[in-house]
Amino acid sequence: MMELLADRASLFALTGAALVALGFYGFIIQRAPIRRLIAFNVIGSGIFLLFGGASYVGGGVDPVPQALIITGIVVALALTAFAATLAVRLAESGGDDADDDGDDDEDRESDR
Amino acid sequence: MSVMETIIAALLALGVFFYFAGTIGLLRFPDTHSRLHALTKADNLGLGFIVIAAALHWGDGWIAAKLALVWVLALFAAGMAAQLVARAALKAEGRE
Amino acid sequence: MSHAFDLALCALILGAAVLAVTGRNVFGAIVFYVVYGVLLALAWLILGAVDVALAEAAIGAGVTGVLLIGAWQGLADAGGLEDEAPRPVFLRLAAVAGAGALGGLIALAVISLPGGDGLTLAVVDNQDRLELGNPVNAVLLGFRAYDTLLETLVLTAALAAVWSLTRTRVWGGVPGPGHVTRPDGVMASFGRLLPPAGLLVAVYLVWVGADAPGGAFQAGTVLAAVWILIVLSGLQDEPRLNSLPLRLMIIAGPAVFLGAGLAGAAAGAVMGYPDGHAKSVILVIEYALTLSIAATLALLIAGPARRAP
Repeated sequence: MMELLADRASLFALTGAALVALGFYGFIIQRAPIRRLIAFNVIGSGIFLLFGGASYVGGGVDPVPQALIITGIVVALALTAFAATLAVRLAESGGDDADDDGDDDEDRESDR
Repeated sequence: MSVMETIIAALLALGVFFYFAGTIGLLRFPDTHSRLHALTKADNLGLGFIVIAAALHWGDGWIAAKLALVWVLALFAAGMAAQLVARAALKAEGRE
Repeated sequence: MSHAFDLALCALILGAAVLAVTGRNVFGAIVFYVVYGVLLALAWLILGAVDVALAEAAIGAGVTGVLLIGAWQGLADAGGLEDEAPRPVFLRLAAVAGAGALGGLIALAVISLPGGDGLTLAVVDNQDRLELGNPVNAVLLGFRAYDTLLETLVLTAALAAVWSLTRTRVWGGVPGPGHVTRPDGVMASFGRLLPPAGLLVAVYLVWVGADAPGGAFQAGTVLAAVWILIVLSGLQDEPRLNSLPLRLMIIAGPAVFLGAGLAGAAAGAVMGYPDGHAKSVILVIEYALTLSIAATLALLIAGPARRAP
């Protein structure tokens, strides 16, 4: 165990594994949507760190995983943005979208 | 350790000291305004010392200019953020 | 010495993550998530992955943090923020056991990974043909350009999904509340002072991205920040979402990227670059992408329209 922690690559990869576990725990146990989003993002960045640590050799991280991680960060952001908007919209409609639909139908009538 | 390295280490230590002081102020001061005072003043001074140390370490004019730009931008941002936080705190206290 | 730093950094990252996941109040959890993102950026810097560090600091910590704070405000206004009762103890224990097992299995997999040389040499040997000095951007815009094209399309699709949550009566309207500030106030002055510097930094980041860390995504984030600053300082309201120039701006990057890919098909290889002109084509694509990424990120943060057009 000690020699694993002494190696930079496996130290960061194991930290990534711990982050995935932590995010997984939060994702199960939390109810509030923002807390779940944070947990989801911790899982994501844990996977990135795992990936980066595992592909660390000598002087740096392999460029192909680096590019994939950058892509992953942006995709995680896209999902977070949608989920955050969805959570706000759901709360605004009182968690009951049927009621809100009726509201919108009236608006549609008045638009014509 | 050469003279230059000693100077750099001293500047870094000074910078870390101001960050440390600012953080203690953030944790120990009683209200928002005095906390802001500790944070913005001490931390920006600390950043300044660390920027000078980094510029000396690289010894390159171009890098030093970029570091100076970073420091100036951080100063502006910290000043503005402090103003906004202070005004929000005044509003919360009902004084504005 | 550097090993002690690594250990301390990993401990700090884990500590910040624990507080972000289990912190007592939601706003504190968001703040610790941003701290966690910045520490993670430091970890990437130590691993020598400067491009990833920039992306993590700007997008992972910065933009995600702003989004989460916006959502927190929106939920607070809608009254959807009250913390619910904690889960029963047995469920918590089961979750700890499950998460522990998951983490243990992943750690085992990490330990038993076979060592390999990876693809570093393959990239370094071939990146000269793209005239790019930065291997990460050679992968992003050359060898794995498909991924990057699809990634920009995912970003555009996410914006379409966010817009699909607009209420019917404000469709095509203006997102977010209007911001009014005192014209000589600190916010308005800052809003006038910073955009030129931000613009310069963004152009520089794309330009330098060919040979050093930087690139379209980092530059796009800087531009999006400039955009948000201008809106916050009340100098310019958000644009109407049904405006044609805005929509063209959003799809300009993916369209130029796709167009270059298809033009490559006419010249022999789909998503290929012409010999000798690779760098100029890549730069054109990157500047178009920067514009689109900036608009998309800023509008993702602004959210769906709230005021009628």
